[in-house]
Amino acid sequence: MLRLPRFRYLRPKDAREAARMAADLGPRAMFVAGGTDLFPKLKRRQFEIDTLIGLDFLPRSVRNGTDECVIDAGATLAAAAHDQHLNIRCAGYAQAAGLVSSPPLRNAGTIGGNLCVDTRCNYYDMTYEWRKAAGFCIKKDGDICLVAPSSPRCWALSSSDTAPMAIALDGMVSLSGPDGERELPVAALYRDDGIQYMAKQPSEVVTALRLRATPQTRSAYVKLRRRGSIDFPIAGAAIALVLHGDVVSDCHIVLSAVASHPLEARAAEEFLKGRPLEPEAIRQAAELAAKPAKPLDNADLSHFWRKRMVRVVVEQALRQVSDQQAGLGG
Amino acid sequence: MRGEIARDVERIVLVLDVNAERRELLVPVHKTLLEVVREDMQLTGTKHGCELGECGTCTVLVDGKPQLSCLLLPIQLQGRSITTIEGMATGSELHPLQTAFGELGAAQCGYCTPGILLAAKALLDDNPKPSRDEIREALAGNLCRCTGYVKILDAIQLAAERSA
Repeated sequence: MLRLPRFRYLRPKDAREAARMAADLGPRAMFVAGGTDLFPKLKRRQFEIDTLIGLDFLPRSVRNGTDECVIDAGATLAAAAHDQHLNIRCAGYAQAAGLVSSPPLRNAGTIGGNLCVDTRCNYYDMTYEWRKAAGFCIKKDGDICLVAPSSPRCWALSSSDTAPMAIALDGMVSLSGPDGERELPVAALYRDDGIQYMAKQPSEVVTALRLRATPQTRSAYVKLRRRGSIDFPIAGAAIALVLHGDVVSDCHIVLSAVASHPLEARAAEEFLKGRPLEPEAIRQAAELAAKPAKPLDNADLSHFWRKRMVRVVVEQALRQVSDQQAGLGG
Repeated sequence: MRGEIARDVERIVLVLDVNAERRELLVPVHKTLLEVVREDMQLTGTKHGCELGECGTCTVLVDGKPQLSCLLLPIQLQGRSITTIEGMATGSELHPLQTAFGELGAAQCGYCTPGILLAAKALLDDNPKPSRDEIREALAGNLCRCTGYVKILDAIQLAAERSA
């Protein structure tokens, strides 16, 4: 039976107190909100901690304004997926939240948790006994990356569905640290490293996410995985764009699960700006978007097939956006 | 290095609302709800499967919503309403879903059945007349390795029709 390791559980009253606790305790403590990713990893002994700091105090509301939506970090993925206004103004975000894992896990998992979810790898997300038998990897207890042994770094994959969509929607994340609050673009929240994948301080708590939700913005998220009912992404495309008439005036394309961070497909974005969103432009943009994606053999299914499918998911997402009426979601 | 840290077990007094009964327990803080209901409350109707959040067999309802007890800490659930399979019948009267499952043979080995019944109960409480696809979506987190799901879907539809 897989049991959790022993730990003590601290219950701070607010984010500032939680951040101070984390700063005092250092790497032996971790935050926990929904726990849907943390608890399996603790059971597999992927983290060594002696203290959990509960984020049960985090508010859980979704607030909708004229040009933006603000989601508290404690809101569940299910709440975001079912929020009516979010489904209209940030359709892609609601789609992404509704595609994370399975229904019971979306009832527990939070918006903040999915933004901070650990990177994944076939050689890392295994039990302690499996990893010991296979040889430990650089992300935990080992010296080399078992996917790319000649590389000095870890290539574990960013596996958040909502982070790419939040970046595409110009998301801003609110952080509360021991010494104060700050706001950061979601795009600046990640680093291109499988181990140190977050740019925030470990003691900072994600408290809210603010998304652009102008009536002119259309968005969509398409996710690739083996089982449509539960799995983590093995590729995905988050699209947010603004059309003036039928011409693209602003465009964000962000890929999930093809790098250690959500990958912005800038060449495809630039290509689409100023062009009508027609089938040929969609096809060429999808080709361009797939170029920077270089998946390695560290997730489910063949990495050659995943690379080929990046073009497909981008094209599907662009078609979804093209079929939407502005501001009405899809 | 193995991720075990030698430290004393921190035990806490928990007050949990389980099946509409107030339960007071002294348990280690690191035990999951699955372990507490099975080992400390002897409510063994909740089954343990993968223990990693992938199979749904340990599903319970928290404030009426399905969640996985293998990934829940009881300390986070104080003040919330927990329903296990033992709380589904009313006295000796089975829930309409349980009756329908029995009549249609919607269980074979039965190991996944408690979790599926609770996920289905949450669905029907929220949406008394679900479509076939809505039932499929509601059960997307529950694996069954015996039935092929068809009789399970039939039984949930039958219970919904009878309750209409």
